Amino acid sequence: MEYVLKNGIVYDPANKVAGEKKDVMFKDGKIVDSVSADAKVLDVTDKIVMPAGIDPHAHVAGPKLVVGRIYRPEDSRKGVTHKTDVIRSESGFSIPSCPSTGYKYSRMGYGTVVEAAVPPLEAKHTHEEINAIPNLDIVPLSLFGNNWFVLQYAKNNQIEDLAAFVAAWLRLVKCYGVKIVNPCGSEAWGWGMNVHGLDDPAPYWDVTGREVVTALAKAKEMLGMPHSVHVHPNDLGHPGNYPTTVSTMEAIKDIEKNSTVRGQTMHLTHAQFHAYGGTSWRDADSGADYIADYVNKNDHITIDVGQVTLDETTTMTADAPMEFDLYKLSGLKWANKDVELETAAGIVPVIYSGKAPVNSLQWAIGLELFLKVNDPWKVCLTTDHPNAGPFIRYPRIISWLMSNERRQEMMDNREVHPWSHRRTSLASLEREYDFNEIATITRAAPAKIYGFQDRGALTPGYNADIAVFDINPNEIDPSRNPEAIEKGFGSAMYTIKDGEILVKDGEIVKVVQSHTLWTNVKGMEEKEKSVMERVMPDFTKYYTVKFENYKVFDNYLPNPIVTEVEASK
Amino acid sequence: MANYEPPVTDYDRIVENCTCAFCGCNCDDLDYLVKGNHVVAVRHACRLGASKIMEDMDQRLMVPMIRGEDGELEEVDWDTALDKAAELIAGAVRPIFYGWSETSIETMHHGLELGELVGAVLDNQATICHGPSLQAVQNVGYPISTLGEVKNRADMCLYTGSNAMNSHPRHMARYSTFPRGYFRPRGRFDRTVVTLDPKYSDTAKMSDIWVGFEQNGDYEFYNAIRAVLKGKKLQKEFISGIPKEDVEELAEAMKNVQFGALFFGLGLTHTLSKQRNIDIAIQMVADLNSYTKWILMPMRGHFNVNGFNIFMAFETGFPYGVDFARGYQRYMNGETNTIDLLTRKECDVFMVIAADPGAHYPGGAVKHLAEIPVIQVDIHWGPSTEIADVVLPGSFVGVEAAGTSYRMDGVPIWMKKAVDKPETCRDDEWIIKELLERVKKIKAEQGALASK
Repeated sequence: MEYVLKNGIVYDPANKVAGEKKDVMFKDGKIVDSVSADAKVLDVTDKIVMPAGIDPHAHVAGPKLVVGRIYRPEDSRKGVTHKTDVIRSESGFSIPSCPSTGYKYSRMGYGTVVEAAVPPLEAKHTHEEINAIPNLDIVPLSLFGNNWFVLQYAKNNQIEDLAAFVAAWLRLVKCYGVKIVNPCGSEAWGWGMNVHGLDDPAPYWDVTGREVVTALAKAKEMLGMPHSVHVHPNDLGHPGNYPTTVSTMEAIKDIEKNSTVRGQTMHLTHAQFHAYGGTSWRDADSGADYIADYVNKNDHITIDVGQVTLDETTTMTADAPMEFDLYKLSGLKWANKDVELETAAGIVPVIYSGKAPVNSLQWAIGLELFLKVNDPWKVCLTTDHPNAGPFIRYPRIISWLMSNERRQEMMDNREVHPWSHRRTSLASLEREYDFNEIATITRAAPAKIYGFQDRGALTPGYNADIAVFDINPNEIDPSRNPEAIEKGFGSAMYTIKDGEILVKDGEIVKVVQSHTLWTNVKGMEEKEKSVMERVMPDFTKYYTVKFENYKVFDNYLPNPIVTEVEASK
Repeated sequence: MANYEPPVTDYDRIVENCTCAFCGCNCDDLDYLVKGNHVVAVRHACRLGASKIMEDMDQRLMVPMIRGEDGELEEVDWDTALDKAAELIAGAVRPIFYGWSETSIETMHHGLELGELVGAVLDNQATICHGPSLQAVQNVGYPISTLGEVKNRADMCLYTGSNAMNSHPRHMARYSTFPRGYFRPRGRFDRTVVTLDPKYSDTAKMSDIWVGFEQNGDYEFYNAIRAVLKGKKLQKEFISGIPKEDVEELAEAMKNVQFGALFFGLGLTHTLSKQRNIDIAIQMVADLNSYTKWILMPMRGHFNVNGFNIFMAFETGFPYGVDFARGYQRYMNGETNTIDLLTRKECDVFMVIAADPGAHYPGGAVKHLAEIPVIQVDIHWGPSTEIADVVLPGSFVGVEAAGTSYRMDGVPIWMKKAVDKPETCRDDEWIIKELLERVKKIKAEQGALASK
């Protein structure tokens, strides 16, 4: 089937198209240069046309999501809608059910979402949920930062063995890349403790976060994988944590990049939670300057923000000690889920309120990061869904980024607490994003960061993943019309995935099965074999499942997209 | 030993690393010794698991049946039975699909689709077992871990309201008390085992400390421990029949371990204060985490009872008792649960899959079941068969059919197939899918008729 999207105003930063009126054509699921005269014409005159959105960091599928859904029926009840002829009934606000997650992203013009934390032991569960999410391609990242085998390799500086271990494990659990969460801290949580900073060793293991991060970064570059290490540093959410964040970025500065498809050697995630100054919540202030400054001066780092949206939400992270701290602060119900030999997880509901000084400070720090990082290719739009707010608020964040007037108004009329401007420099930042920059932080930059070669741009041969928004960029003044921007980006006129129209005028018109992206590293087979031989005795002794039953079988990925990588020494 | 049986040597092949389809331990290290097409012996399993697997042909439902005019079940062919069941489901106003805890997630997929299509209530055994535990989780939280954390780290295991030695025989052996873990290299000798139970159970006999508080004394006892943890002086000399010094001593011991694990069973969930017992146990564990590391875990009974709760939560947002009658999901304890619907006589067609409500439900509920059409999908003859109107013989997940299940701690396991099912039986997955197709067809015909 051939289509032409006619007369749209195209924003395609990867191809340096910034607001040109032109046609976008696609055929059999791919973008093409030309189509025949029989092509079906979709008139999108003066509407915004972009590649479909890519969310570089969210929690949408897996064991901790399900704990959230089981123990928060009050959240599920918030979003219940009736089934229609096309879609199933939905539920949930901050942790929507799987079908609802797919529909909601799709309605916002998104096509790809990264599930940022897969515990390998429960990877089958994550894949089951991924299969239950329609209309999206999902990119799972596997947790390695507190894995016992990784801790040992890092301690002994056995990089090649570690690389082989990572390659073997990604194939076992069918994930795309390596995620590190509070390295050594989640292991310490096995004893109810945490580590403080990058150089505080995990109890009993005598290895520090610094060693784990550098070892994994080196291993990942040795494998030449499409995505770099994806790091959630130590000390999340603690006042005065920005030096830890900066030293985490600095720790891998000298590691050489081994990839042509991406620019960074470390992606630092939800930077907002890691950019606090002060010594306690009494005197906390913004550390965004230090983070933004480092990112501006160094090309080996990219970040996503984790913008606070001022909603009631459900926080969930593999940084379990932090969640327990949060529970002690708020007293709201605490869930925890530690996973043997691998990781931990904690879940606590949080009510982010503009009336609360701390939440307002967090809100402002997130926006500061967006506005202070000069190159939009280095920063991505996320809320670390659902941690800082649900992903359905992305359009609202876009409206804040495009309108200084709206930001000032919120501070002036006390929609946010005065800490937002007294303890940050947000009030002095006049920068406003344009549509091209928005397309960069929601599409092009995430695609580059993940090394995608088939999406995130309207290049001929790429997947026809396209979003059309009912906004006329030549007429609207985003600075004056934040509501219209939020509405426009919240409800796509068309969402097209692999050449199929899934959303029309904000309504789902078609439901398709998700794809799962994973990376298959080749060329280390011999090394992998010897590493597995050494891993096996410990695996058998300390895990509670048999190795044969540990692996994710192919039937859990009915629709895989495999990136083949040739490991280079 | 009087009953010594020599080891089985007469077998053709061994199927290794099979998963036990009995309790929530989901032991995945079983070796089946297979002769012909039958499992003649099972290595590593406990008695409960082994006998369920080996005696699978005992009282086995072999053929589809429909209850005739005379009130007797009569053998029919598969088409007739499936058509009859589909007709009942398609014509139902308030159907309930109950059970699911002893079948695979793959089967549940089709069941949910069917439930959404006809507006059924989907519910599982949690509604009569750990339902109050889940309510408590919704009240105050859920600090759990996988069982390997306990094996590798725990120096105190506490069983309360649970006689694991009888109900989950390998739980202590494989996961908590006996195994040697990374930080507990001497296994049992590195751990303190505590049982809180009014009864001197087999688990209590295995323990270092047994606290036999009064029946229904659970809430008061935990409340006292919490008070001690918070530095309060106990006012009463005896707490639930236990001297206050003993309570203080236990609280102190719990505070001073490195990693504690509390396992609770239905003895806590279903005594006087029900979910409030679990509330306070969870809060006690949360309190303990201010001093050291503690987790807790419900001792789930069936091998996939947790699986259904997980599956329903990610598909619909709610764990059990999910009602689709209005075209969207509702979950309201006391309103959309099976027992309530049956005792209110709301339900008009009941499908039970891999469960035995005839044996487990309160009298009033069973009485209503006897009055309405019941469809049974199961492998064994049981009290539910006696009230069933259509019987569809399924297959044994983990032995005759493969599928996914979730262990009590949420670890997903792919249960493999070892032998073929009896020729006249069908896989649960196939049966439910077939029902779905047939109900869809009836609905389409009705729709076409209505539009004329």
